Amino acid sequence: MTQVSMTVNGKPVSGDVEGRTLLSSFLRDHLSLTGTHVGCDTAQCGACVVHVNGEAVKSCNMLALEADGADVGTIEGQANPDGSLNLIQQAFQDHHGLQCGFCTPGMVMSAAALLKDNPRPTEAEIRKYLEGNLCRCTGYHNIVKAIMAASGQDVSSIAAE
Amino acid sequence: MYSFEFEKPSTIADAVAALAAEDAQALGGGQTLIPTLKQRLAAPSSLVSLSGIAEMKGVCIEDDGSVAIGGATTHASVARDAAGSYPALAALAGQIGDPAVRNRGTIGGSVANNDPAACYPAGVLGSGATIVTNTRQIAADDFFQGMFTTALDEGEIITSVRFPVPQAASYQKFLQPASRFALVGVFLARFADGVRVAVTGAGEDGVFRWGEAEQALNKEFRPDALMDQRVNPVNMIGDLHGSKEYRAHLVYVMTRRAVEATM
Amino acid sequence: MPKDSGIGASSKRREDVRFLTGAGNYTDDINVRGQAYVHFLRSDIAHGRIKSIDTSAAEAMPGVVKVFTGKDFEGVGGMPCGWEVTDKHGAPMQEPPHPILAQGKVRHVGDPIAAVVADSLEQARDAAEAIDVDIEELPAVMDMKAAAQDGATLVHDDLKNNICYDWQLGEADDAKVNDVFANAAHVTTLDLVNNRLVANPMEPRVAVAEYSRATEEYTLYTTSQNPHVIRLLMCAFVLGLPEHKVRVVAPDVGGGFGTKIFHYAEEAFCTFAAKACGRPVKWTASRSEAFMSDAQGRDHVSKIELALDADNNFVGLRTNTYANLGAYLSTFSSSVPTWLHGTLMAGNYKTPVIQVNVKAMFTNTVPVDAYRGAGRPEATFQLERVVDKAARELGVDPIALRRQNFITQFPYDTPVALTYDTGNYNGTMDKLEAAADLAGFAARRAASEAKGKLRGLGINCYIEACGIAPSNIVGMLGARAGLYDAATVRVNATGSISVMVGAHSHGQGHETAFPQVVADMIGIDESMVEIVHGDTSKIPFGMGTYGSRSLAVCGSAMVKATEKVIDKAKKIAAHLLEASEADIELKDGQFSVAGTDKSVAWGDVTLTAYVPHNYPLEVEPGLEETAFYDPANFTFPAGAYACEVEVDPDTGQVSIEKFTAADDFGNIVNPMIVDGQVHGGIGQGIGQALLENCAYDENGQLLSASFMDYAMPRADDVPFYGVDHSSQTPCTHNPLGVKGCGEAGAIGSPPAVVNAVLDALNSGGKAVDHIDMPVSPSRVWAAMNG
Repeated sequence: MTQVSMTVNGKPVSGDVEGRTLLSSFLRDHLSLTGTHVGCDTAQCGACVVHVNGEAVKSCNMLALEADGADVGTIEGQANPDGSLNLIQQAFQDHHGLQCGFCTPGMVMSAAALLKDNPRPTEAEIRKYLEGNLCRCTGYHNIVKAIMAASGQDVSSIAAE
Repeated sequence: MYSFEFEKPSTIADAVAALAAEDAQALGGGQTLIPTLKQRLAAPSSLVSLSGIAEMKGVCIEDDGSVAIGGATTHASVARDAAGSYPALAALAGQIGDPAVRNRGTIGGSVANNDPAACYPAGVLGSGATIVTNTRQIAADDFFQGMFTTALDEGEIITSVRFPVPQAASYQKFLQPASRFALVGVFLARFADGVRVAVTGAGEDGVFRWGEAEQALNKEFRPDALMDQRVNPVNMIGDLHGSKEYRAHLVYVMTRRAVEATM
Repeated sequence: MPKDSGIGASSKRREDVRFLTGAGNYTDDINVRGQAYVHFLRSDIAHGRIKSIDTSAAEAMPGVVKVFTGKDFEGVGGMPCGWEVTDKHGAPMQEPPHPILAQGKVRHVGDPIAAVVADSLEQARDAAEAIDVDIEELPAVMDMKAAAQDGATLVHDDLKNNICYDWQLGEADDAKVNDVFANAAHVTTLDLVNNRLVANPMEPRVAVAEYSRATEEYTLYTTSQNPHVIRLLMCAFVLGLPEHKVRVVAPDVGGGFGTKIFHYAEEAFCTFAAKACGRPVKWTASRSEAFMSDAQGRDHVSKIELALDADNNFVGLRTNTYANLGAYLSTFSSSVPTWLHGTLMAGNYKTPVIQVNVKAMFTNTVPVDAYRGAGRPEATFQLERVVDKAARELGVDPIALRRQNFITQFPYDTPVALTYDTGNYNGTMDKLEAAADLAGFAARRAASEAKGKLRGLGINCYIEACGIAPSNIVGMLGARAGLYDAATVRVNATGSISVMVGAHSHGQGHETAFPQVVADMIGIDESMVEIVHGDTSKIPFGMGTYGSRSLAVCGSAMVKATEKVIDKAKKIAAHLLEASEADIELKDGQFSVAGTDKSVAWGDVTLTAYVPHNYPLEVEPGLEETAFYDPANFTFPAGAYACEVEVDPDTGQVSIEKFTAADDFGNIVNPMIVDGQVHGGIGQGIGQALLENCAYDENGQLLSASFMDYAMPRADDVPFYGVDHSSQTPCTHNPLGVKGCGEAGAIGSPPAVVNAVLDALNSGGKAVDHIDMPVSPSRVWAAMNG
């Protein structure tokens, strides 16, 4: 066992982990931050996306010890300080960008990373950026729409609410 | 995963020392290695992370104009930082995996793994790059030795990859729809002394140079110069996602598109 | 004007807040103190005889609690099949045992051979590697037609052959059918495959079971669409436990799409092992494990023949299908190729003579069961492909040919056992033609051609039978369960309401849509109504969520229970208002006496029900009612879809450029949610049409065993979809007039996509009749150059 320390959602945390402990396991099992989901074992689905030092990474594909000293952000830290949904979360609710909710944390974290780099992405840029996030429920329509809306674009002409 | 020790040295020397241990294995970004470990297809005694070695990170331009990329540089960094110096290579890096994978995966890890459908081997071979390790320099033509096989010795680390910058280059990738690796990827680079064409995703022996196309294009650099050129389907991969014949056809189409893109 | 609350309003989903903030509670988020972990040792060969299993080394490994093999389950029931199909000669289907852990033979890659329970998952995996299994490999039974031959290797040694049943529906007189075809002016024939799919809800399956020695009660947390069904099957058929001692909880579930309907061996195992080990036992499937243990979908090989008269009227239809059931009968597998498939072969058309033949086959593959649409996509794909081919052969407009043959009079008795209560197929097609701007297609095709691309337009119509189903009818057809549903409406003293429903929400938004109905009926704010679901200890009973039935069946139970509540509340209000009950009206949460200004508020009546000081003596205190609802018929959503594709002639790459759906779902409670359901179905349908393929090699090895080889649709594989559901013919036999919308997209889209690709190729001068799904670039290129 090795001690690992990092900042998660602004709070310093530490714990004893094995070499093989994944960051996703550390978050879920050690810190009980179960909003980060694991949907595959080949780094394809993106349900586990978190931010490490501001960058989107797949936490089920990174060792916890690799995040030693890092600043980690998870879905649990995304809401506004008063607990209300942030801009992206609110857009997902407003535009029905989620159904079963399992891929949603990864989608929101990826969307946040995208909008940080590209504040006004086109539809095609959003679709391309979400290459590493699978959703089985929405057919992606309302996810793409929600991200466009979160970036301040008028989505009223896109078919269907 | 089987149990293993984790080490994260901060210098190449320390990494080399750590890798001298029996069954120690280098960990780049882990984007391929960690899924492999999850399947228990590898059982290293220790993983030596290269992510803490500052001297192995970054993109810089050498005195001879070549672009040197540290072995632990992520795909995202290359996509961003090589965009000015070697746009086609930056574009290739920007097509690997997905954004989250690109934030972790490294050029050294990808090149050392030599997955037959990975993008980087095509860029490295197509550019005629030099693989720089802790002990030596290896020309790309000598480095890739068949699927998942390279010239690297046990414990040898790719510290950087040095790319001569061509006059023009293009990477054309046709996606395998599930993995989003290359079903066929063609990297074409046009240097003053000739054209190099490297193909990934297609060959049964991994990345390869398509000599006939290079010769034809050296004679006449235009798309129609390839009209009568086809790779032999016998040597191509045939699987669920495409037959040998289809891959052979795609090699032609992607090469042609690369020519068009560099005209 | 769109409504802003109640029935017809696009109320935002209340469940979203927890999902968007990481506060959802999925099964894998549940950990029980002292839990051990199970790892299943699964067969890596498709077919073999187990010679010996030696677990002694594994048992001695660190952290191992107990190792189980098939021997531990001798005398314990096997996994049951919930539907007995009778073959065309009147014999019951062949029904082989399906043990929790393999006994005697392994029959598919992934078949569990042993299970190790240990302190940690990695210890369980370590120990599983130490189990010594000697298996004599047998030839894998893979090809269905070969498997049906006399002398074929048997998947189940005790069965007489590999044919589960040879079933027929419709016209039984072969001579009559032959006559129709012999006298037809034109016959169109098509051989096709409906590709095997993996449902792949993003949440893999999980089971956590605990047993209390104090109360002798079991609790199973599981990723299920129907916890009561799991409890019933597990208690009655597998483990022989008293139901009142077993609680099954399906908390937040990350998508189901059918594959979480079924009772799985892992659920029964964890429940059994929790007592046997004296510790809670947890199992979390990896995605790789899901690929070889979740029931898969589709996998039909069919020949369909359509006979037309000289005026292009459909006069006869005959199909011959081999349906793959895999190695064992999954819970509802037998019903899918039969009553959920053959009954749909009339489609939207008044074809007078139909004969459907289905041979259901055992093979050495993962069991196949219902996946979104379940039988109906298979029916629709055959029918709509053959209609499209007929139009091309006859040189007639595919929409005109369909319109000419539409059923226009309702109710309509089909030759394949259904009675469509209502519909308006021409009206829906009108909506499609407008919404999809079909008039503008020629210009769009020209623009694509100018870019060097081929553009095609594909049309598809579908009908589905949803709201499954009248218990007396399904009972006659072999169902071993009733298919009603139940709801309890519990009104609290202050007027807020908890509604306990048997339907389960795993993405469908019941927590939002169901309260819209109850709130609308009473005239109170939606926020005063809350749905409780997914826990057998809290809900009277329920058959769960599948077959687009939740609102049509469970919603009807909820309406009935709410009506009972309102009736009782009116009695109380009448007493308070000193009026006759018959004169009491309820509107906007106020009970009033007709023709007067006397009224009493909902909250005052509910409070009175629990503080019955001034109260009618003949009425019981309290305000809680339960209703069970058994539907009178299926519901029949129908629609027309249009897909436009571009094909890159150089590579065969297909891109979906435009997709439009016009559906008739009857009345709609929450249009936003309905649109979302259609989007999701279309996404999966496009996945089936272009990308997804669960493939095995001839030895039964799964070739598409992870997301690296099983192509899931991604955001850049699909466009924005146009969705129109303004064509509405309300269901005639349920109180809400609703039909169901969950599966439509997955049923309606695959033929539209394939028809579009073929239209594109033919427009480019390539006479291609058919390409099997997935219509991959490789296959398109091969067809163009074939």
